[in-house]
Amino acid sequence: MTDALKTKTRTRSVEVEILAVLLVLLVVFRDTIAGLVEGERLQTWTTVFVSVLVQAVPFLVFGVILSAVIAVFVPRSFWARALPKHPALAVPAASVAGVVLPGCECGAVPIAGSLIRRGVTPAAALAFLLAAPAINPIVLVATAVAFPDNPEMVVARGLASLVVAVLMGWLWLRIGRAEWIKLPHRPDLDGASKGRAFWSACRHDVVHAGGFLVVGAAAAATINVIVPEAWLQTLAAQPVLSVLALAVLAVLLSICSEADAFVAASLSQFSLTSRLVFLVVGPMVDLKLISMQAGVFGRGFATRFAPATFVVAILVAVGFGAVLL
Amino acid sequence: MNRQAQAVILFLFGGAVLKASLGDLYLRYVKEGLRPFLIAAGLALVAAAVMTLWYEFRKPAASGAASSGADSAEGDGEHGGDEHADDHGHAHHEPRVGWLLILPVLGLLLVAPPALGSYTAGQSGTVQVSADSDYAPLPEGDPVRVSLLDYASRVIYDEGRSVTGRRLALTGFVTTGPEGVMLARIVVSCCAADGRPIKVGLDGGPVVDVPAGTWLEVTGRLSAKRGKDPVNQADIAYLEVEQWKPVAAPKQQYE
Repeated sequence: MTDALKTKTRTRSVEVEILAVLLVLLVVFRDTIAGLVEGERLQTWTTVFVSVLVQAVPFLVFGVILSAVIAVFVPRSFWARALPKHPALAVPAASVAGVVLPGCECGAVPIAGSLIRRGVTPAAALAFLLAAPAINPIVLVATAVAFPDNPEMVVARGLASLVVAVLMGWLWLRIGRAEWIKLPHRPDLDGASKGRAFWSACRHDVVHAGGFLVVGAAAAATINVIVPEAWLQTLAAQPVLSVLALAVLAVLLSICSEADAFVAASLSQFSLTSRLVFLVVGPMVDLKLISMQAGVFGRGFATRFAPATFVVAILVAVGFGAVLL
Repeated sequence: MNRQAQAVILFLFGGAVLKASLGDLYLRYVKEGLRPFLIAAGLALVAAAVMTLWYEFRKPAASGAASSGADSAEGDGEHGGDEHADDHGHAHHEPRVGWLLILPVLGLLLVAPPALGSYTAGQSGTVQVSADSDYAPLPEGDPVRVSLLDYASRVIYDEGRSVTGRRLALTGFVTTGPEGVMLARIVVSCCAADGRPIKVGLDGGPVVDVPAGTWLEVTGRLSAKRGKDPVNQADIAYLEVEQWKPVAAPKQQYE
């Protein structure tokens, strides 16, 4: 036991020491590092990277706190009572519940993970995950402001996103398998005091989801800097290509769902339908989301769920675009 | 990454967010309205760090060997990577991806990259200004200060009626392109990642011969000239320059 304790103490302190050495090095070579970020491209990359993270931090932190509250303080029996018993009905109920979560997609991932852990049927939690960032009031108001001449855009976005969320939930019920979702184990949450469990969940989720957010932000910043806008303009003229182009762009840019409407509005050479696709796909599938989903639910989940959502979102958005726009 | 290292990272991350949001640094990256939420998030991160350390140091007395035994029974198959066979393995299946959180700390505390500027203005097409239903008369003042967005919108959708005959003062940075020197400002609706330039062409008057990225206050009048942005074919309004002078970059660089 004493030996084991010593080993443990040693492995522990080493990481803190590595961190300390790293930080001292960073401070010592501060000017050199700042000097490395000289070229305009690299500087723009750094600015975009930092701003994606700064913008996402409040949503991440509050999403994590909410999910820790769900994990620790909301009893399992609550979800059994709050959601319809039948999974097929729980899916639309959970999608509509997404309306009450004002925020962007970064907060929804840990919350959905926490819901599954508390016994909510995965299909319903996934429907919530897809619906919450897209149909909350802040995002719909932002869309209305960005498209003052096309109020039908708001209706189309809300309905199409809701339909995609419900369809994906039902699809999961039919063909989804429980073993695709690998939630990280949280042994430390069992049997601990509520306070300890709460802070432990907060720490773990921020570090975990935050780390994947860093990966996503770096990818989004890279795309932002290397894709010249002139390329996009040539695609705008072709109806099919423009839909695909904006769908892919939504995935790559990973813009927060509260801001994507303004970007869509500025892509004015593109048809309204292709811009609707951009708005429906963006909050459901993007680089930072895929990265966070892979982290929270496991890679096997993300590689199946993200492409399926991508296809369903494009089809539904094109359908709504054809009818409403 | 073990819990103590995580606590240090959380503390640094929260501290960096707090430092940026208590000063003016955050304005380079996000909108002013996010500030209270950033401060609250920074405080929450620091609190999580402090509470983690608090429970870590109290732990031996409080829970002891029983809980670490339970910890090691579980392995995080997907992310743990190395599952060491030691029986106090809980330090090994803590998220390792957390090390990456050093990058934003580095970005905010050491590099603190500047606000978007002339590089972005050259890369992207000008914002498609939206039409207002009615244009209120400009406020008093000679010259009267207007934002680039307001000026472009009044010129393009109101044929410049509400700005005719007035001396106007516009502040922005210089950007150069195939159609000459223009004044630009980055428009941000959420964070700098969605930043796009609004450009106003400069016509006539004294030649603007400062390098791209220099902040200017330009005084002038409505110009009849119109242009198209080569990047996205959006309309560009022009200003007939009377005089210009370099100014310091404003605190809030985005419009």
